Amino acid sequence: MASVKEMRVRIASVKSTQKITKALQMVAAAKLRRAQQTAQAARPYAERMAAVIANLASGVSGTDAPLLLAGTGSDKRHLVVVATSDRGLAGGFNSGVVRLARETVQSLLQQGKDVKILIVGRKARDQLRRQYADRFVEVYEAGLKSPDLNRARPIARRIIDLYMAGETDVVTLISSRFKSVVTQKPTALQLIPAAMPDAGEAAFYEYEPDETTILEQLLPQNITIQVLTALLENDAGFYASQMTAMDNATRNAGDLINALTIQMNRTRQAKITTELIEIISGASAL
Amino acid sequence: MADKIAFDLVSPERLLISDHADMVTIPATEGYMGVMAGHAPVVTALRPGMIDVLNNGTDTRFFIRGGFAEISAAKINVLADEAIPMSEMDLAVLDQRIRDAEEEVLAATTDADKTRKNEILDDLKLVRAAF
Repeated sequence: MASVKEMRVRIASVKSTQKITKALQMVAAAKLRRAQQTAQAARPYAERMAAVIANLASGVSGTDAPLLLAGTGSDKRHLVVVATSDRGLAGGFNSGVVRLARETVQSLLQQGKDVKILIVGRKARDQLRRQYADRFVEVYEAGLKSPDLNRARPIARRIIDLYMAGETDVVTLISSRFKSVVTQKPTALQLIPAAMPDAGEAAFYEYEPDETTILEQLLPQNITIQVLTALLENDAGFYASQMTAMDNATRNAGDLINALTIQMNRTRQAKITTELIEIISGASAL
Repeated sequence: MADKIAFDLVSPERLLISDHADMVTIPATEGYMGVMAGHAPVVTALRPGMIDVLNNGTDTRFFIRGGFAEISAAKINVLADEAIPMSEMDLAVLDQRIRDAEEEVLAATTDADKTRKNEILDDLKLVRAAF
Protein backbone atom coordinates (compact mmCIF):
# COMPACT_ATOMS: atom_id res chain seq x y z
CA MET A 1 0.00 0.00 0.00
CA ALA A 2 1.15 3.52 -0.83
CA SER A 3 2.61 5.56 1.99
CA VAL A 4 0.82 8.58 3.40
CA LYS A 5 3.35 10.88 1.77
CA GLU A 6 2.89 9.34 -1.67
CA MET A 7 -0.86 9.76 -1.34
CA ARG A 8 -0.52 13.37 -0.29
CA VAL A 9 1.52 14.05 -3.44
CA ARG A 10 -1.09 12.27 -5.54
CA ILE A 11 -3.93 14.37 -4.05
CA ALA A 12 -2.01 17.58 -4.70
CA SER A 13 -1.54 16.59 -8.32
CA VAL A 14 -5.25 15.79 -8.83
CA LYS A 15 -6.10 19.11 -7.19
CA SER A 16 -3.96 21.07 -9.61
CA THR A 17 -5.53 19.15 -12.52
CA GLN A 18 -8.92 20.10 -11.16
CA LYS A 19 -7.90 23.75 -11.04
CA ILE A 20 -6.94 23.60 -14.70
CA THR A 21 -10.14 21.90 -15.84
CA LYS A 22 -12.18 24.33 -13.76
CA ALA A 23 -10.42 27.31 -15.35
CA LEU A 24 -10.88 25.84 -18.84
CA GLN A 25 -14.55 25.32 -18.14
CA MET A 26 -15.03 28.93 -17.10
CA VAL A 27 -13.11 30.25 -20.08
CA ALA A 28 -15.20 28.05 -22.39
CA ALA A 29 -18.42 29.29 -20.79
CA ALA A 30 -17.43 32.91 -21.35
CA LYS A 31 -16.34 32.27 -24.94
CA LEU A 32 -19.46 30.22 -25.61
CA ARG A 33 -21.66 33.17 -24.82
CA ARG A 34 -19.86 35.36 -27.35
CA ALA A 35 -19.69 32.64 -30.00
CA GLN A 36 -23.38 31.94 -29.60
CA GLN A 37 -24.24 35.61 -30.03
CA THR A 38 -22.12 35.87 -33.15
CA ALA A 39 -23.69 32.74 -34.61
CA GLN A 40 -27.14 34.08 -33.91
CA ALA A 41 -26.38 37.50 -35.33
CA ALA A 42 -25.30 35.90 -38.60
CA ARG A 43 -28.46 33.84 -38.94
CA PRO A 44 -30.88 36.45 -40.40
CA TYR A 45 -28.55 37.10 -43.32
CA ALA A 46 -28.20 33.40 -44.13
CA GLU A 47 -31.94 32.86 -43.91
CA ARG A 48 -32.88 35.79 -46.14
CA MET A 49 -30.18 34.80 -48.60
CA ALA A 50 -31.59 31.27 -48.82
CA ALA A 51 -35.10 32.66 -49.33
CA VAL A 52 -34.02 35.00 -52.13
CA ILE A 53 -32.06 32.26 -53.88
CA ALA A 54 -34.87 29.73 -53.57
CA ASN A 55 -37.16 32.28 -55.15
CA LEU A 56 -34.73 33.09 -57.94
CA ALA A 57 -33.88 29.45 -58.59
CA SER A 58 -37.50 28.49 -59.15
CA GLY A 59 -37.61 31.11 -61.91
CA VAL A 60 -34.37 30.16 -63.65
CA SER A 61 -34.21 26.68 -65.08
CA GLY A 62 -32.84 24.52 -67.85
CA THR A 63 -29.83 25.71 -69.77
CA ASP A 64 -29.96 29.27 -68.40
CA ALA A 65 -29.17 28.14 -64.88
CA PRO A 66 -25.67 28.96 -63.68
CA LEU A 67 -23.28 26.05 -63.19
CA LEU A 68 -23.25 26.39 -59.41
CA LEU A 69 -26.98 25.77 -59.26
CA ALA A 70 -27.48 23.22 -61.99
CA GLY A 71 -24.42 21.08 -61.36
CA THR A 72 -22.17 19.60 -64.00
CA GLY A 73 -24.60 16.82 -64.81
CA SER A 74 -22.25 14.22 -63.39
CA ASP A 75 -21.63 13.00 -59.86
CA LYS A 76 -18.42 11.11 -60.37
CA ARG A 77 -16.04 13.33 -58.46
CA HIS A 78 -16.83 14.43 -54.94
CA LEU A 79 -15.23 17.04 -52.74
CA VAL A 80 -15.84 16.58 -49.04
CA VAL A 81 -15.16 19.62 -46.89
CA VAL A 82 -14.58 18.65 -43.26
CA ALA A 83 -14.66 21.39 -40.65
CA THR A 84 -13.61 20.85 -37.04
CA SER A 85 -11.85 22.96 -34.43
CA ASP A 86 -8.11 23.38 -34.01
CA ARG A 87 -8.00 22.30 -30.40
CA GLY A 88 -9.24 19.34 -28.42
CA LEU A 89 -10.33 18.84 -24.81
CA ALA A 90 -13.92 19.09 -25.96
CA GLY A 91 -15.38 15.64 -25.40
CA GLY A 92 -16.66 13.95 -28.52
CA PHE A 93 -17.03 17.15 -30.51
CA ASN A 94 -14.32 16.64 -33.12
CA SER A 95 -14.50 12.86 -33.28
CA GLY A 96 -18.23 13.09 -34.03
CA VAL A 97 -17.56 15.23 -37.09
CA VAL A 98 -14.62 13.07 -38.15
CA ARG A 99 -16.68 9.88 -37.78
CA LEU A 100 -19.40 11.25 -40.06
CA ALA A 101 -16.73 12.38 -42.52
CA ARG A 102 -15.18 8.91 -42.54
CA GLU A 103 -18.54 7.23 -43.10
CA THR A 104 -19.38 9.63 -45.91
CA VAL A 105 -16.05 9.12 -47.64
CA GLN A 106 -16.25 5.34 -47.23
CA SER A 107 -19.74 5.08 -48.68
CA LEU A 108 -18.76 7.32 -51.62
CA LEU A 109 -15.68 5.20 -52.27
CA GLN A 110 -17.79 2.04 -52.19
CA GLN A 111 -20.02 3.55 -54.85
CA GLY A 112 -16.90 3.91 -56.95
CA LYS A 113 -16.73 7.70 -56.75
CA ASP A 114 -13.58 9.74 -56.81
CA VAL A 115 -13.23 11.57 -53.49
CA LYS A 116 -11.11 14.57 -52.56
CA ILE A 117 -11.02 16.11 -49.11
CA LEU A 118 -10.66 19.73 -48.07
CA ILE A 119 -9.81 20.15 -44.41
CA VAL A 120 -10.65 23.02 -42.10
CA GLY A 121 -9.28 22.66 -38.57
CA ARG A 122 -6.21 20.94 -37.19
CA LYS A 123 -8.15 18.17 -35.48
CA ALA A 124 -9.72 16.99 -38.72
CA ARG A 125 -6.28 16.97 -40.32
CA ASP A 126 -4.71 14.96 -37.51
CA GLN A 127 -7.48 12.37 -37.39
CA LEU A 128 -7.94 11.87 -41.13
CA ARG A 129 -4.30 12.15 -42.17
CA ARG A 130 -3.42 8.52 -41.57
CA GLN A 131 -6.18 7.16 -43.76
CA TYR A 132 -6.74 9.79 -46.43
CA ALA A 133 -3.67 12.03 -46.60
CA ASP A 134 -3.35 11.42 -50.35
CA ARG A 135 -6.87 12.78 -50.90
CA PHE A 136 -6.29 16.12 -49.18
CA VAL A 137 -6.44 19.06 -51.58
CA GLU A 138 -5.91 21.78 -49.02
CA VAL A 139 -5.69 22.19 -45.26
CA TYR A 140 -6.96 25.34 -43.55
CA GLU A 141 -6.75 26.11 -39.87
CA ALA A 142 -9.92 26.94 -38.00
CA GLY A 143 -8.07 29.73 -36.23
CA LEU A 144 -8.05 30.75 -32.62
CA LYS A 145 -10.00 33.95 -33.05
CA SER A 146 -13.72 33.79 -33.67
CA PRO A 147 -14.44 33.11 -37.36
CA ASP A 148 -15.40 35.97 -39.66
CA LEU A 149 -15.84 36.64 -43.36
CA ASN A 150 -12.12 37.04 -43.91
CA ARG A 151 -11.65 33.46 -42.79
CA ALA A 152 -14.59 32.02 -44.72
CA ARG A 153 -13.88 33.81 -48.00
CA PRO A 154 -10.63 32.08 -49.05
CA ILE A 155 -12.12 28.68 -48.25
CA ALA A 156 -15.24 29.40 -50.29
CA ARG A 157 -13.14 30.77 -53.14
CA ARG A 158 -11.01 27.64 -53.21
CA ILE A 159 -14.13 25.43 -53.32
CA ILE A 160 -15.63 27.45 -56.17
CA ASP A 161 -12.34 27.51 -58.09
CA LEU A 162 -12.04 23.73 -57.81
CA TYR A 163 -15.59 23.33 -59.05
CA MET A 164 -15.24 25.82 -61.89
CA ALA A 165 -11.97 24.21 -63.00
CA GLY A 166 -13.89 20.96 -63.38
CA GLU A 167 -12.00 19.18 -60.62
CA THR A 168 -15.14 18.19 -58.81
CA ASP A 169 -18.85 17.67 -59.47
CA VAL A 170 -20.43 17.57 -56.03
CA VAL A 171 -19.32 19.43 -52.91
CA THR A 172 -20.46 18.35 -49.46
CA LEU A 173 -19.75 20.28 -46.28
CA ILE A 174 -19.46 18.29 -43.04
CA SER A 175 -19.52 20.26 -39.82
CA SER A 176 -21.22 20.36 -36.48
CA ARG A 177 -24.59 22.10 -36.29
CA PHE A 178 -25.24 23.93 -33.06
CA LYS A 179 -28.65 22.75 -31.86
CA SER A 180 -28.29 23.88 -28.25
CA VAL A 181 -25.67 24.05 -25.54
CA VAL A 182 -26.12 20.34 -24.82
CA THR A 183 -26.52 19.00 -28.36
CA GLN A 184 -24.31 19.56 -31.37
CA LYS A 185 -25.04 17.37 -34.31
CA PRO A 186 -22.48 16.51 -37.00
CA THR A 187 -24.25 17.24 -40.28
CA ALA A 188 -23.50 16.84 -43.96
CA LEU A 189 -24.76 19.61 -46.23
CA GLN A 190 -24.58 19.61 -49.99
CA LEU A 191 -23.06 22.91 -51.15
CA ILE A 192 -22.82 22.35 -54.90
CA PRO A 193 -25.09 21.87 -56.77
CA ALA A 194 -27.11 23.92 -54.34
CA ALA A 195 -29.77 21.78 -52.70
CA MET A 196 -32.82 23.96 -53.01
CA PRO A 197 -35.81 23.77 -50.74
CA ASP A 198 -38.99 24.11 -52.72
CA ALA A 199 -39.85 27.79 -52.67
CA GLY A 200 -43.54 27.01 -52.92
CA GLU A 201 -45.36 29.72 -54.77
CA ALA A 202 -42.70 31.91 -56.30
CA ALA A 203 -43.35 35.62 -55.99
CA PHE A 204 -43.01 37.53 -59.23
CA TYR A 205 -40.08 39.83 -59.06
CA GLU A 206 -38.49 42.12 -61.55
CA TYR A 207 -34.75 41.75 -61.70
CA GLU A 208 -32.16 44.39 -62.08
CA PRO A 209 -29.89 43.79 -63.99
CA ASP A 210 -31.34 40.29 -64.73
CA GLU A 211 -31.89 36.90 -63.07
CA THR A 212 -28.76 35.19 -64.32
CA THR A 213 -26.42 38.07 -63.46
CA ILE A 214 -27.85 38.33 -59.98
CA LEU A 215 -27.71 34.57 -59.44
CA GLU A 216 -24.12 34.49 -60.64
CA GLN A 217 -23.19 36.93 -57.91
CA LEU A 218 -25.49 35.51 -55.27
CA LEU A 219 -24.47 31.86 -55.50
CA PRO A 220 -20.75 32.32 -54.72
CA GLN A 221 -21.73 34.70 -51.93
CA ASN A 222 -24.11 32.04 -50.64
CA ILE A 223 -21.32 29.47 -50.47
CA THR A 224 -19.19 31.91 -48.50
CA ILE A 225 -22.09 32.41 -46.14
CA GLN A 226 -22.68 28.67 -45.75
CA VAL A 227 -19.00 28.19 -44.93
CA LEU A 228 -19.14 31.09 -42.49
CA THR A 229 -22.27 29.69 -40.83
CA ALA A 230 -20.57 26.31 -40.48
CA LEU A 231 -17.48 27.91 -38.94
CA LEU A 232 -19.54 29.99 -36.54
CA GLU A 233 -21.67 27.06 -35.43
CA ASN A 234 -18.54 24.92 -35.06
CA ASP A 235 -17.04 27.60 -32.86
CA ALA A 236 -20.12 27.82 -30.63
CA GLY A 237 -20.48 24.02 -30.55
CA PHE A 238 -16.81 23.59 -29.68
CA TYR A 239 -17.04 25.82 -26.63
CA ALA A 240 -20.34 24.27 -25.53
CA SER A 241 -18.84 20.81 -25.83
CA GLN A 242 -15.65 21.87 -24.08
CA MET A 243 -17.62 23.44 -21.27
CA THR A 244 -19.55 20.20 -20.66
CA ALA A 245 -16.43 18.05 -20.95
CA MET A 246 -14.48 20.22 -18.54
CA ASP A 247 -17.38 20.35 -16.11
CA ASN A 248 -17.38 16.53 -16.04
CA ALA A 249 -13.62 16.45 -15.63
CA THR A 250 -13.80 18.86 -12.71
CA ARG A 251 -16.45 16.72 -11.04
CA ASN A 252 -14.46 13.52 -11.60
CA ALA A 253 -11.38 15.13 -10.11
CA GLY A 254 -13.46 16.13 -7.08
CA ASP A 255 -14.67 12.52 -6.62
CA LEU A 256 -11.13 11.24 -6.95
CA ILE A 257 -9.86 13.72 -4.34
CA ASN A 258 -12.56 12.61 -1.89
CA ALA A 259 -11.77 8.93 -2.38
CA LEU A 260 -8.03 9.50 -2.05
CA THR A 261 -8.44 11.65 1.07
CA ILE A 262 -10.48 8.94 2.82
CA GLN A 263 -7.92 6.32 1.86
CA MET A 264 -5.10 8.52 3.09
CA ASN A 265 -6.80 9.15 6.45
CA ARG A 266 -7.38 5.43 6.91
CA THR A 267 -3.75 4.63 6.21
CA ARG A 268 -2.56 7.30 8.58
CA GLN A 269 -4.93 6.07 11.29
CA ALA A 270 -3.78 2.48 10.78
CA LYS A 271 -0.19 3.60 11.18
CA ILE A 272 -0.95 5.48 14.40
CA THR A 273 -2.82 2.50 15.81
CA THR A 274 0.06 0.17 15.03
CA GLU A 275 2.53 2.51 16.70
CA LEU A 276 0.30 2.80 19.79
CA ILE A 277 -0.01 -0.97 20.10
CA GLU A 278 3.76 -1.25 19.85
CA ILE A 279 4.28 1.35 22.61
CA ILE A 280 1.61 -0.15 24.88
CA SER A 281 2.82 -3.71 24.46
CA GLY A 282 6.37 -2.49 25.00
CA ALA A 283 5.33 -0.73 28.21
CA SER A 284 3.38 -3.71 29.54
CA ALA A 285 6.36 -6.00 28.88
CA LEU A 286 8.44 -4.00 31.36
CA MET B 1 -50.73 58.99 -42.72
CA ALA B 2 -49.07 57.35 -45.64
CA ASP B 3 -48.25 53.66 -45.39
CA LYS B 4 -44.81 52.81 -44.16
CA ILE B 5 -42.55 50.17 -45.57
CA ALA B 6 -40.83 47.57 -43.39
CA PHE B 7 -37.08 47.79 -43.77
CA ASP B 8 -34.44 45.21 -42.77
CA LEU B 9 -30.73 45.78 -43.25
CA VAL B 10 -28.60 42.69 -42.62
CA SER B 11 -24.90 42.06 -43.10
CA PRO B 12 -23.26 38.65 -42.68
CA GLU B 13 -22.13 39.71 -39.23
CA ARG B 14 -25.35 41.13 -37.85
CA LEU B 15 -28.81 42.57 -38.26
CA LEU B 16 -28.30 46.34 -38.32
CA ILE B 17 -31.82 47.63 -38.44
CA SER B 18 -35.31 46.22 -38.61
CA ASP B 19 -37.82 49.03 -38.61
CA HIS B 20 -40.46 50.86 -40.60
CA ALA B 21 -39.68 53.82 -42.79
CA ASP B 22 -41.39 56.37 -45.04
CA MET B 23 -38.82 55.94 -47.76
CA VAL B 24 -35.57 54.07 -48.24
CA THR B 25 -32.99 55.13 -50.82
CA ILE B 26 -30.68 52.35 -52.02
CA PRO B 27 -27.71 52.40 -54.41
CA ALA B 28 -29.02 50.02 -57.10
CA THR B 29 -26.86 49.00 -60.05
CA GLU B 30 -28.65 51.40 -62.39
CA GLY B 31 -28.57 54.34 -60.00
CA TYR B 32 -30.03 55.36 -56.69
CA MET B 33 -33.55 54.10 -56.11
CA GLY B 34 -36.10 55.53 -53.66
CA VAL B 35 -38.41 52.84 -52.35
CA MET B 36 -41.74 53.54 -50.68
CA ALA B 37 -44.61 51.32 -49.60
CA GLY B 38 -46.48 49.76 -52.51
CA HIS B 39 -43.38 49.37 -54.69
CA ALA B 40 -43.43 46.76 -57.44
CA PRO B 41 -41.53 43.60 -56.43
CA VAL B 42 -37.89 43.89 -57.53
CA VAL B 43 -34.67 42.08 -56.75
CA THR B 44 -31.66 44.22 -57.48
CA ALA B 45 -27.93 44.11 -57.02
CA LEU B 46 -26.43 47.03 -55.12
CA ARG B 47 -23.28 49.08 -55.70
CA PRO B 48 -21.14 50.47 -52.91
CA GLY B 49 -22.84 53.60 -51.62
CA MET B 50 -25.15 55.08 -49.05
CA ILE B 51 -28.52 53.89 -47.85
CA ASP B 52 -30.86 56.61 -46.58
CA VAL B 53 -33.71 55.65 -44.32
CA LEU B 54 -36.25 58.46 -44.06
CA ASN B 55 -38.70 58.13 -41.22
CA ASN B 56 -40.82 60.89 -39.66
CA GLY B 57 -38.46 63.51 -41.03
CA THR B 58 -35.32 61.90 -39.60
CA ASP B 59 -32.68 60.51 -41.89
CA THR B 60 -30.55 57.53 -40.86
CA ARG B 61 -27.63 56.73 -43.15
CA PHE B 62 -25.61 53.59 -43.68
CA PHE B 63 -22.60 52.87 -45.82
CA ILE B 64 -22.75 49.56 -47.67
CA ARG B 65 -20.10 47.81 -49.72
CA GLY B 66 -22.41 46.26 -52.29
CA GLY B 67 -24.99 43.53 -51.84
CA PHE B 68 -28.58 42.83 -52.82
CA ALA B 69 -32.02 44.19 -52.12
CA GLU B 70 -35.29 42.32 -52.24
CA ILE B 71 -38.25 44.65 -52.54
CA SER B 72 -41.92 43.77 -52.26
CA ALA B 73 -44.95 46.02 -51.72
CA ALA B 74 -44.72 45.95 -47.93
CA LYS B 75 -41.10 45.16 -47.28
CA ILE B 76 -37.54 45.83 -48.34
CA ASN B 77 -34.73 43.48 -47.36
CA VAL B 78 -31.19 44.66 -47.92
CA LEU B 79 -28.49 41.98 -47.81
CA ALA B 80 -25.28 43.97 -47.64
CA ASP B 81 -21.83 42.42 -48.09
CA GLU B 82 -20.76 44.86 -45.45
CA ALA B 83 -22.74 47.62 -43.76
CA ILE B 84 -21.60 50.36 -41.39
CA PRO B 85 -23.87 52.91 -39.72
CA MET B 86 -22.86 56.46 -40.61
CA SER B 87 -22.27 57.20 -36.94
CA GLU B 88 -19.47 54.60 -36.86
CA MET B 89 -18.05 55.64 -40.20
CA ASP B 90 -15.04 57.83 -40.82
CA LEU B 91 -12.63 58.58 -43.61
CA ALA B 92 -10.01 56.16 -42.32
CA VAL B 93 -12.46 53.26 -42.67
CA LEU B 94 -13.39 54.36 -46.17
CA ASP B 95 -9.79 54.81 -47.23
CA GLN B 96 -9.05 51.29 -46.03
CA ARG B 97 -11.90 49.97 -48.21
CA ILE B 98 -10.49 51.86 -51.19
CA ARG B 99 -7.03 50.40 -50.63
CA ASP B 100 -8.58 46.90 -50.36
CA ALA B 101 -10.51 47.48 -53.58
CA GLU B 102 -7.35 48.64 -55.37
CA GLU B 103 -5.61 45.44 -54.33
CA GLU B 104 -8.55 43.39 -55.56
CA VAL B 105 -8.40 45.09 -58.95
CA LEU B 106 -4.73 44.16 -59.22
CA ALA B 107 -5.46 40.60 -58.11
CA ALA B 108 -8.32 40.10 -60.59
CA THR B 109 -7.45 37.51 -63.23
CA THR B 110 -10.25 37.67 -65.79
CA ASP B 111 -11.36 40.78 -67.68
CA ALA B 112 -14.96 40.50 -66.48
CA ASP B 113 -13.77 40.25 -62.91
CA LYS B 114 -11.45 43.21 -63.40
CA THR B 115 -14.25 45.36 -64.82
CA ARG B 116 -16.48 44.52 -61.90
CA LYS B 117 -13.79 45.23 -59.32
CA ASN B 118 -12.99 48.50 -61.07
CA GLU B 119 -16.63 49.56 -60.87
CA ILE B 120 -16.58 48.88 -57.15
CA LEU B 121 -13.44 50.96 -56.80
CA ASP B 122 -14.97 53.85 -58.76
CA ASP B 123 -18.10 53.77 -56.64
CA LEU B 124 -16.05 53.81 -53.48
CA LYS B 125 -14.17 56.84 -54.76
CA LEU B 126 -17.48 58.58 -55.47
CA VAL B 127 -18.59 57.92 -51.91
CA ARG B 128 -15.24 59.24 -50.71
CA ALA B 129 -15.65 62.44 -52.73
CA ALA B 130 -19.14 63.03 -51.36
CA PHE B 131 -18.16 62.31 -47.78
